[in-house]
Amino acid sequence: MSATFLLDGQPVSFEPGQTILEAARAAGRYIPHLCWHPDFPPHGSCKLCIVKVAGRHVSSCAMPAKEGWEVESDTPEMNGERRALLQMLFVEGNHFCPSCEKSGNCQLQALAYDLEMMTPRFNHFFPDRPVDASHPDVLLDFNRCIYCELCVRASRDKDGKGIFALTNRGIHKHLVVNAESGRLADTDFSADDMAANICPVGVILHKRVGFAVPIGQRTYDEAPIHLVAMRPEAAGDD
Amino acid sequence: MSAEVPQALIDEVLRTAGSTPDRLLQILVTLQAQLDFLPPTLISRLAEQLGMPRSRVEGVAGFYSFLHLAPAGRYRVRFSDNIIDRMLGSEALMATMCANLQLRPGVPSADGRVTVSTTSCTGMGDQGPAVLVNDRAIGRLNHQRVMEICDLIRHDAPLSAWPEELFHVDDNIRRADALLSSPMVAGSALAKAVALGRDGWLAQMQASKLRGRGGAGFTTAVKWLACRDAAGADKVVVCNADEGEPGTFKDRVLLNRHADLVFEGMTLAAWATGARDGLLYLRGEYAWLRPQLEATLAARRAAGLLGSGILGQTGFDFDIAIHLGAGAYVCGEESALLESLEGKRGTPRIRPPFPVTHGYLGRPTVVNNVETLAKTCLIARDGGAAFAATGTAQSAGTKLLSISGDCARPGVYEYPFGVSIQQVLDDCGAADVLAVQVGGASGVTVAPYEFQRRIAFEDVPSAGAFMVFDSSRDIFEVARNFVHFFAHESCGFCTPCRVGTALLKGYMDKLAEGYGALQDLADIDWLDRLLKNASHCGLGSSAPNPVVDTLLKFRPAYERRIQHADFQPAFDLDGALARARQMTGRDDAGAHFDTGMGATR
Repeated sequence: MSATFLLDGQPVSFEPGQTILEAARAAGRYIPHLCWHPDFPPHGSCKLCIVKVAGRHVSSCAMPAKEGWEVESDTPEMNGERRALLQMLFVEGNHFCPSCEKSGNCQLQALAYDLEMMTPRFNHFFPDRPVDASHPDVLLDFNRCIYCELCVRASRDKDGKGIFALTNRGIHKHLVVNAESGRLADTDFSADDMAANICPVGVILHKRVGFAVPIGQRTYDEAPIHLVAMRPEAAGDD
Repeated sequence: MSAEVPQALIDEVLRTAGSTPDRLLQILVTLQAQLDFLPPTLISRLAEQLGMPRSRVEGVAGFYSFLHLAPAGRYRVRFSDNIIDRMLGSEALMATMCANLQLRPGVPSADGRVTVSTTSCTGMGDQGPAVLVNDRAIGRLNHQRVMEICDLIRHDAPLSAWPEELFHVDDNIRRADALLSSPMVAGSALAKAVALGRDGWLAQMQASKLRGRGGAGFTTAVKWLACRDAAGADKVVVCNADEGEPGTFKDRVLLNRHADLVFEGMTLAAWATGARDGLLYLRGEYAWLRPQLEATLAARRAAGLLGSGILGQTGFDFDIAIHLGAGAYVCGEESALLESLEGKRGTPRIRPPFPVTHGYLGRPTVVNNVETLAKTCLIARDGGAAFAATGTAQSAGTKLLSISGDCARPGVYEYPFGVSIQQVLDDCGAADVLAVQVGGASGVTVAPYEFQRRIAFEDVPSAGAFMVFDSSRDIFEVARNFVHFFAHESCGFCTPCRVGTALLKGYMDKLAEGYGALQDLADIDWLDRLLKNASHCGLGSSAPNPVVDTLLKFRPAYERRIQHADFQPAFDLDGALARARQMTGRDDAGAHFDTGMGATR
């Protein structure tokens, strides 16, 4: 018989070594996340999946579940903090949803709707982040990067290429590509790479497919992310 | 120079520093010292020779403040920007230097000779204002010294030819207790521990109740036991000499004067845990200590205190290598330090697993502070019970305090735990004290009504910094300086710290510039809470401490900066319209805010 913990008062069973988020998902319970992806080990950077255990905040994607724990997740307090984290992600980049090809398929936008983020609250940083349109098949719009490192991890661990990496630090942290010129065209990146198809926001976009599905009929236009993310085929991509 | 880094130089560095990806940071540090910056072609060639993606090499090089990917001059002058240096006049001196060398802060001079910029606390608070010139430290800066430095730079004098007196660093030991007052013959503590056997030695460590001096206060013997019992035979002892907490410098003094105690403590940890490899992570700001530390290591090897069969014990094999940091406070966090030791960006790891089971290169690893390791020598010499007999119930032994700021006698003071803050203030010659920052920027701001509180884990814990501010100081500016520090040093991994520290900096600057509104204090409270709750590591969760404490204890310092009861934008709205007025050639009332019809309330 497997052990259980309480998630918002309801029992969730888990196998030894399973994280809180994994066990919750297996039990059909959704915990918001952005940088977590079922095909990769936990990353723990976005902090959207924070839950409260015995008064402590932990990343549920990275914290192994323990017998008898009482975990708070879908509460006004935790959702309030998640909303603030979303606000932080919105103001640090340049996110203009109405003109973004990813609108309706974007996890950041979908979570903001789901968690009822009504305003950005904080001052915008308006960073200067040039677009890289050099590659024949893929456009990089760094304005929307949330540093989940899914492209970094996919290219390094699945595609075996190491196309992306982060440089600098703090608020100046940013993506670089694997070329002395700094241009994606000068790498061996391919539109078929897993890294080209994993961005949860609108940084890595395929060219010539813009608006193939009209806005209003896209994934998160049809159903909220807390339902979409729980579908068996949901791998984080739309 | 950028196009022509000789292949022979690269080969030589890879030969001496190692040529595997885990050696990357040491390779970059060595090349930076020789080439003054790391040109793009060099990054590409290193990536090729190390067999790793170029992007990752660039990512590591871009993380550390002391590595330059663009030309930064043959002389890189960095003014220590801690509040203590500022109080001693560092800003005016830096302006003088910039004017004299005809350059702007952070921008290389036109002739490519020199860059003058600021850096986080260089660990010279007892003899500031301080600068680093390349990898050398200069303290007690004044107008005359600034002029002397400018002349040396203008005459292209190599650092090795600068007057040695410029680089003189005082230890400033003002109060010595158990550790600093008793000279120890190298190897004598180790001989006692070896005589006890590994288990007997660990029993003494347990009896001593020694707790980590780096700030967290974890019981050292528990850490050592966990490492000893962890699966895997290839254990590692790491000494954390990344003394980056603003206002701290006691580890500098220990490494400068008592390096043998530190290395002997590492060897004692190896005896307890069975480790064969030791690593000392030396912060880049202390690179000038490296030659003498290497000499001490060589002497210990010659004396049979390092190497194989230490003190004639078959199977007691242990040696120590020194790794250099390159300007990143977050690497003082133990898992970020391990990442940095592995040649990576200093991003704190997810825990669990903890370093004692999965540390350096996945091996069971003990990470201890410089002072903690030095203290173990006392335990070996006098026994655990004798050590536990001093201090308080939960804080055994003595503590080194780095005292700086508004006092007559700044320096290092060793006290038994439990000493009151008032006692320390009396001893260092501080009067008319407004506040004391105990434990550095991430520590506690102590107000006068609390001066009877005691330095101890159970009262006011401290990693060692003790910064004194008298009533002439503006405590808001102290907190603002610390907030800038955390924003600069955030690794940027997690959302709350990366964005939260930058936002907090924005709010503090808004208040400082006269645009403060009451709502801002509520926003600051909210950010403080998010940082504390949601951050990935201790840097983010302690970043709001100075603001939380000063808002609680010195609220008027904030309130007198509040100009508006309601919302106020962070910039001058009317000023923002200036360009539009210029472009349209208008300057009438309708082209201004808040004049007649302009306001949109």
